[in-house]
Amino acid sequence: MDALYATKSASAGATKPLIEARGLGFKVRAGAGEINILRGLDLRVNAGEAVGIVGPSGSGKTSLLMLLAGLERPTSGTLLIDGADIGAMEEDALARFRRERLGIVFQAFHLIPTMTALENVAVPLEFAGVRDAFDRAAEALRAVGLGHRLGHYPAQLSGGEQQRVALARAFVAEPRLLLADEPTGNLDRAKGEEVMALLFDLRARLGTTLLLITHDPALAARCPRQLRIEDGLIVSDQMVAA
Amino acid sequence: MSNLLLAFRIARRELRGGLRGLRIVLACLALGVAAITAVGTLRAGVDAGLAADGARILGGDVEIASPYRPLGEAPRAWLAARGARVSEVVTLRAMAVAESGQRMLVEVKAVDSAYPLFGTLEVQPPVALAAGDILLDPFIAERLDVAPGAVLRVGEARFTFRATIAQEPDKVASPSLLGPRAMIALASLAETRLIQPGSLVTYEYRLALPPGVDRQRFMADLRRDFPESGWRIRSSDVAAPGVNRFLDRAAFFLTLASLTALLVGGIGIATGVSAWLEQRARTIATLRCLGAPPSLIFTTYLMQVMALALLGIALGLVIGFGLTWAGAAALASILPVAPRILPYPVPLAMAALYGLLTALAFTLWPLGRAGSIPGAALFRDVVAPSSGRPSLGILAAILVSAAALSALVIGTAENPRFAAMFIVAVIGTLLLFRLGAGALMALARRLPHARRPALRLGLANLHRPGAPTPLMLVSLGVGLTVLSAIALIEGNLRRQLANEMPAAAPNFYFIDIQSDQIQAFEALARAQTGVTEIRSVPNLRARIVAVNGVLAEQVNATPETAWALRGDRGLTYSATPPEGAKLVAGAWWPADYGGPPLVSFDAQLARGWGVGVGDTITVNVLGRDITLKIASLREIAWRGLGINYVLVASPGLLSAAPHTHIATMRNDVAQEATLLRLLTDRFPNVSGIRVRDALDQVVGLLEKIGFALSAVAGITLLAGLLVLAGAVAAGQRRRIRDAVVLKTIGATRAQIRASFLVEFGLLGLTAGLLAAAAGTAAAWGVVRFVMRAEWVFLPGTLALTVLACMAITLAFGYAGTAFALRAKAAPLLRNE
Repeated sequence: MDALYATKSASAGATKPLIEARGLGFKVRAGAGEINILRGLDLRVNAGEAVGIVGPSGSGKTSLLMLLAGLERPTSGTLLIDGADIGAMEEDALARFRRERLGIVFQAFHLIPTMTALENVAVPLEFAGVRDAFDRAAEALRAVGLGHRLGHYPAQLSGGEQQRVALARAFVAEPRLLLADEPTGNLDRAKGEEVMALLFDLRARLGTTLLLITHDPALAARCPRQLRIEDGLIVSDQMVAA
Repeated sequence: MSNLLLAFRIARRELRGGLRGLRIVLACLALGVAAITAVGTLRAGVDAGLAADGARILGGDVEIASPYRPLGEAPRAWLAARGARVSEVVTLRAMAVAESGQRMLVEVKAVDSAYPLFGTLEVQPPVALAAGDILLDPFIAERLDVAPGAVLRVGEARFTFRATIAQEPDKVASPSLLGPRAMIALASLAETRLIQPGSLVTYEYRLALPPGVDRQRFMADLRRDFPESGWRIRSSDVAAPGVNRFLDRAAFFLTLASLTALLVGGIGIATGVSAWLEQRARTIATLRCLGAPPSLIFTTYLMQVMALALLGIALGLVIGFGLTWAGAAALASILPVAPRILPYPVPLAMAALYGLLTALAFTLWPLGRAGSIPGAALFRDVVAPSSGRPSLGILAAILVSAAALSALVIGTAENPRFAAMFIVAVIGTLLLFRLGAGALMALARRLPHARRPALRLGLANLHRPGAPTPLMLVSLGVGLTVLSAIALIEGNLRRQLANEMPAAAPNFYFIDIQSDQIQAFEALARAQTGVTEIRSVPNLRARIVAVNGVLAEQVNATPETAWALRGDRGLTYSATPPEGAKLVAGAWWPADYGGPPLVSFDAQLARGWGVGVGDTITVNVLGRDITLKIASLREIAWRGLGINYVLVASPGLLSAAPHTHIATMRNDVAQEATLLRLLTDRFPNVSGIRVRDALDQVVGLLEKIGFALSAVAGITLLAGLLVLAGAVAAGQRRRIRDAVVLKTIGATRAQIRASFLVEFGLLGLTAGLLAAAAGTAAAWGVVRFVMRAEWVFLPGTLALTVLACMAITLAFGYAGTAFALRAKAAPLLRNE
């Protein structure tokens, strides 16, 4: 394994909170009136933790993830990530924040169809003005086992391969925080297993803090800490043996 | 039949969903039909205005125009015997000289006490015209700086300026290139001594016929009883044939410009219908699974599209009718009469027919493909109409509607050859932009991978499968091509009229110089400082009555050359070829030639009339028919504005006829006013025409026509913009998704904007360059071959086209991008 993906100490700064949410509220306007999605949620996640978030559909899991990624703004409460109040950041500062400290993996992959695998992975580094973006992207793709697929377009890749490209893209900038929303939802069981193994492996090596949203209790069980959200509030928060 | 009913029932159910997704189709069709309706209605309104006021405009039920000579006793008696009331009007050009010495060329109209037979003459202040009075166009009063009560000299007579002319009932508002109106009493005309043998003067006799007299019969009798009169006899049915020809031509060009708008809209119609059918693909596949044959599907959706087309056409007719008022107001100063704007059935029906044929020609292809969606498609993820060709029957129907559309354009054209060329040019332009789009996409694909992500993304958006690059290029390009072509044609003509012609042309024309004055006139002019050249030729006026014995009205001439068979032509004679004459056939007569009259004729007219050396042209000079044998043909360069005559006869017979001379003078511009004053003071019957003044008038007229054409071409651009907006809107979902994903992985707004800038910038640049090239080619063709003028390359106009094109695409791109950047990320990223 190359230097980039050499194991980092997962315990570095383990006691410092990476995510700190206090009284986090999120409302949306819908046709029938206002919907209260998150209702004063408190959450503290330390750097290096891996947290599985479960809960029924509509409980607010994805909304929480959107708030954490700065893709939505909280309607009440405060949200600090790595010490930064992301609820107060303007659009471009958020973009810089994301490319420097955040990786996101979606169920639907969300690769850019007009770019090759290599370009898809390189693009966040390029946005950040990294000089060797392509070399690092190629390395990241080799790390997910796609070294032979660099020039392929998303449409030419299988679902599992596309999600591996998405993983490489999420990890390439070595983010402090990785948010994953049902990353295996569009894959069959075997492919899902493969992707998850890769995800936890990369996380472990880079010491990335992970928040994983899933319906699958078995997947959530791979995280040492598990949160259950119901009706916009955390109803259970427990540490389990991974 | 039952199939039709079934299709109708399904179509009705489908239409319950409303016309969402088809609004652009509706707008494109309505816009094109509106433009054609407005042009057609305005044209019909002007015609109706002319027809309704024919007698007022002509000044009588019938008019006899006699160049040179007043009516003799016999015709006067003939008219009196038939109970016709006669009003005599004499027109000629002269210099009006104020006491300050200021002078200008005016068109003098001397009227008798019966004037006007129809309508009223409105003057300000209201006074009656008496002998010794003069009424002036307000422009003359302003130029000469005179107020009522001032004394003016015209010829050798003095007149008291009484009032300005507010409304002249028999004036067709055609631009007066050779002087605004000054009106005197006929009784005062003799005192001016302007009427000399051969003066350029026209005697008009307006007749009010007793009730019940058939005008046509009356005119036929008049012609029969005075066969060699040389008169031009008109009835109020065709009060202003010259004006009609001008209007026909203007309406023709405006119709073509409107048609371009409709055709560009057609592209929007085709794309809109395709997109709409794609949305309906799943329904169509379901219907197929339930047993609907392709023909039923085709009929069902054809019915829906045609229902929409009818709605669009109706909307277009209403809007177009409304636009007619705007057009009439904008063009008021160049329309001959106030148009009577009413819903005329013929132009409305024509516009509807154009709209219907366009809708058919552009929607049959996507409709034909929709019929071919198989039921099995339901079992696939993506259901879309097949990309192949529709059936042969549909292809035939498309060809028939396109042919019908072409036939309609050519069949109703004032100039069918030009209309055919227009159709070829439109198809060529469409192809050019389609090929240009292909080339741009291929280039974007083959370019080495750009290191900058914004550039790479922008390039990828241009060539990815399903990219709307061709649609955007075609929609924007055609309108801009038309606009740039019009701008270049106008620019070329303006340059010639304003810069090149004045530089090459003489400074003055002097008319009505008597034979016994010409030597003294030339000598006086030559003696002045600042005069560099003076030339003169004898001048007679002739009407061409027959060609090779065939009456002029029956000569089979091309549309471009028919003008010379109508009205009066200048005629001169010369022992030697005119300086710089280029003989292309035959030979010049010997200097001492004394045989039967020969003529050297314009080669271009000869081609148009199908005549050559040895053929004959019969002209009427001063009421006498003279047959001239063509001895040679000359190519004439009209642009120099020197003295050019279509007909140059051998001396002899003609030199004995009473005639005047025309002189051209080149001089130092600074001396113009002094020279004009000196020469016209010494020779009061001679009128000086400043060439620059006349050209300025033409430039003014050109600007107005150019404005009208640009306005209609603007509609083409508007149609293009609609199509472009549709294309941008269709790509908006993808754009938003791209922007959201890019933002999620850390792209700043500036970086996202840059990628769209690359995409739309390159699109605009390509469209602009192609439009500039196609516009230049079209303008060059029209200027060189239709107008037969010199072509000048105008880089400024072209640069403007390219810039406008880029500005438009970037504006659209930015609007779309701004929208995409504002879009919320969360709804797109949530799992379905």
